[in-house]
Amino acid sequence: MGDVLVRVPISEQDPKVRATNFEEVCLGYTEEEAVEEAGRCLNCKKPMCVGGCPVSINIPAFIEQVKERNFERAYEIISESSALPAVCGRVCPQESQCEGKCIRGIKGEAVAIGKLERFVADWARENGIKPKNTSTPNGHKVAVIGSGPSGLTAAGDLAKLGYDVTVFEALHEMGGVLVYGIPEFRLPKDKVVKAEVENVKALGVKFEKNVIIGRSITIDELMEKEGFEAVFIGSGAGLPMFMHIPGEQANGVFSANEYLTRNNLMKAFKEGYDTPIARGKKVVVVGGGNVAMDAARTALRLGAEVHVVYRRSEAELPARAEEVHHAKEEGVIFDLLQNPVEILVNEEGSVRGCRVIKMELGEPDASGRRRPVEIPGSEYEIECDTVIMSLGTSPNPLISSTTVGLETNKKGCLIATEQGATTKDAVFAGGDAVTGAATVILAMGAGKTAAAAIDEYFKTK
Amino acid sequence: MYPIVKKEKLSDKIFLMVVKAPRVAAGCLPGQFIIVKIDEEGERIPLTICDYDRAEGTITIVFQTVGASTERMALLNEGDAFADFVGPLGQPSELCLEEDLEETKKKNIVFIAGGVGTAPVYPQVKWLKEHGVKTTVIIGARSKDILFYEDEMRAVADELYLATDDGSYGFHGNGCQQLQALVDSGKKYDHCVAIGPMIMMKFVCLLTKELGIPTVVSMNPIMVDGTGMCGACRLVVGDEVKFACVDGPEFDGHLVDFDQAMARAKQYKTEEGRALLKQQEGDTHHGGCGHCGGDK
Ligand SMILES: Cc1cc2nc3c(=O)[nH]c(=O)nc-3n(C[C@H](O)[C@H](O)[C@H](O)COP(=O)(O)OP(=O)(O)OC[C@H]3O[C@@H](n4cnc5c(N)ncnc54)[C@H](O)[C@@H]3O)c2cc1C
Ligand SMILES: Cc1cc2nc3c(=O)[nH]c(=O)nc-3n(C[C@H](O)[C@H](O)[C@H](O)COP(=O)(O)OP(=O)(O)OC[C@H]3O[C@@H](n4cnc5c(N)ncnc54)[C@H](O)[C@@H]3O)c2cc1C
Ligand code: SF4
Ligand code: SF4
Ligand code: FES
Repeated sequence: MGDVLVRVPISEQDPKVRATNFEEVCLGYTEEEAVEEAGRCLNCKKPMCVGGCPVSINIPAFIEQVKERNFERAYEIISESSALPAVCGRVCPQESQCEGKCIRGIKGEAVAIGKLERFVADWARENGIKPKNTSTPNGHKVAVIGSGPSGLTAAGDLAKLGYDVTVFEALHEMGGVLVYGIPEFRLPKDKVVKAEVENVKALGVKFEKNVIIGRSITIDELMEKEGFEAVFIGSGAGLPMFMHIPGEQANGVFSANEYLTRNNLMKAFKEGYDTPIARGKKVVVVGGGNVAMDAARTALRLGAEVHVVYRRSEAELPARAEEVHHAKEEGVIFDLLQNPVEILVNEEGSVRGCRVIKMELGEPDASGRRRPVEIPGSEYEIECDTVIMSLGTSPNPLISSTTVGLETNKKGCLIATEQGATTKDAVFAGGDAVTGAATVILAMGAGKTAAAAIDEYFKTK
Repeated sequence: MYPIVKKEKLSDKIFLMVVKAPRVAAGCLPGQFIIVKIDEEGERIPLTICDYDRAEGTITIVFQTVGASTERMALLNEGDAFADFVGPLGQPSELCLEEDLEETKKKNIVFIAGGVGTAPVYPQVKWLKEHGVKTTVIIGARSKDILFYEDEMRAVADELYLATDDGSYGFHGNGCQQLQALVDSGKKYDHCVAIGPMIMMKFVCLLTKELGIPTVVSMNPIMVDGTGMCGACRLVVGDEVKFACVDGPEFDGHLVDFDQAMARAKQYKTEEGRALLKQQEGDTHHGGCGHCGGDK
């Protein structure tokens, strides 16, 4: 037994090796390691950790079962609250959620709740255990738009309540950001995402790909012509932002969404796939969030020297600490307190560099973070052949602009109550489409709440 | 899967396919496009909707082989099926909206189609014919053997003019010169639609600007998702950045920055060149001879 204040360490691929491949970075706990780490949980009477989890997984109860080696029972406990544990265990910002509240964290290191959740979910998959649906069909048809975490969760929960659910997805794969955004080395697509989608299928949910709501068919038509009595919109926030600086239309300037979609969804990195990607020799990634880290680490794996240019300091980086740490280990270079003012273009119309200005931190702004201020006369040039803009995203107006009575706020987000009710009768929404870009688990939480609200709607109709 | 119910070779490098895709056929309008993906490994290829049959649930596409993916598509036959076929995408043509029909009827409309652009012009002219609007159509091609859809177009256009660069058929000259000749002979037009290669649309726009004819063009930049999610298709129109897949594909041709659009279309030239060579050379391709720039 090790020191109870310290976590059981987890094995990872060596940084030098993993910087050249797309295999998963974190290798996960073995049974022995998981049982040992579970032993650190105090099984608190008033577990603070549960309050930090947006879907309120009964954390002490599942960890107790891990301790006893009842992994199947542990999986059942998690499944009561979460449809995607293998995903959340990997990508939740645990340090600010469940683990951030864990009592163990006061004196030492918090219990590795996420890693244990991942262990249980992986164990269940490897042992062929699937979630069960014991409900009897109630005959009501519900449409779910989008197959990201919010849509998958709402669909799974509604199916468990007996509804006849169909998920409509615009792309040719199910999973939303889980398939097109988050890279393979953090979240394996076939092994984890596909398997979790299969689990939702096992609950009886139907999936239809290549259907763009607002173009292929509208929400009103789904309700009037195809007999859907209620709709959940989980269409995410996929619209990329640009900086609107000179040179931004040049060849070699990409949105992080394009770069990641080419690589993750279209598998440009894999031999035998047709979609091309600009590999780049020297790449500048603009931004400091999770998306920027993913773009940077992808470009690195494709063979480039990568610089992350971010306008605030390290303390303000919005990305998860673990991602920043991994990126640094792999060799991503951080150029902090700087911001591009122009993209330099050669005579063929391709990027040849970036003009950057240095910044210093001023007074805190509305978000509470210190505002970056330009230092006059500090401009200099970085040579590069690729620039990836990772400045955030907003919801796509395709659905709101084609649905009568569905209102949005000035940021383009759908207006919805805490329960997910939109301004249109029988239409609910949740996830990034309502909040703007957020996290997987918040989107799942919203899907869950909305499923309950939809059930309530049918009961009181 | 989306079965190919008919395939036809229209000319040396141009193919027509009728594909079963009931959801697309149910609501599409002229001017919109689809994205097709051959199989698991395939690219997402945007193609304009050239015709549709709502009762049969089919969409007609016409494509020219230009690179690895379209070459691979041309190898498919009746009975094969596409893994993915999504649409309709983009905005319908402004001319083909029932609401504005009365206004449209008052216009003298001329279409200029270049090369494979004949295909996307056809459904618009057909729709206008069905709604009682008269049109003039100019089809331009390099030479006679790559002209297609002549009979189909004749059946729906009120006036049809054919132009070949080499003079092998119809008017000797390109579409621009044919338009100039018609204007010189006293014809009056107050609306032009030009669809074809970017370079052709650019020159049509230079001419129509001079002639004072408002002109709509259909832009075909590189695309990935076609839903507004990636920004690959961005164009400068006036002083705004537009996404062709959701804001277009049709734009005011006098405001489009064609030079920038043409530079952007070359983005993957070397990458695609390599993909094509690899496909043609099959197992003998090793990336070492330097023809393709090497695999890395
Ligand atoms: C690169 C990247 C890395 C991230 N990393 C993390 C992380 O480490 N941890 C974390 O918690 N969060 C992370 N996030 C954020 C997280 O992925 C999102 O908050 C979450 O996926 C939102 O889920 P959602 O269900 O609301 O929408 P999405 O996952 O965006 O799914 C929406 C789906 O709806 C589909 N759709 C959209 N419009 C239509 C339409 N009209 N018709 C049909 N279908 C439509 C889309 O194609 C998509 O599949 C990351 C995001 C990105 C982009
Ligand atoms: C909205 C839209 C509608 C379209 N409709 C049609 C249509 O009806 N019929 C048709 O034949 N084609 C159409 N295109 C063009 C078609 O999508 C491309 O020709 C095709 O994607 C090329 O694929 P490829 O892999 O075979 O060629 P690639 O190997 O990708 O390209 C070969 C060469 O063509 C250039 N190129 C790449 N993409 C395009 C493009 N989008 N347009 C023009 N040149 C390009 C490249 O610079 C390259 O040199 C349309 C494009 C868009 C965006
Ligand atoms: S779902 Fe996320 S927040 Fe909840 S327990 Fe698991 S890792 Fe923690
Ligand atoms: S707060 Fe920490 S120690 Fe307490 S139950 Fe939760 S995980 Fe276990
Ligand atoms: S093709 Fe991706 S935004 Fe238009």
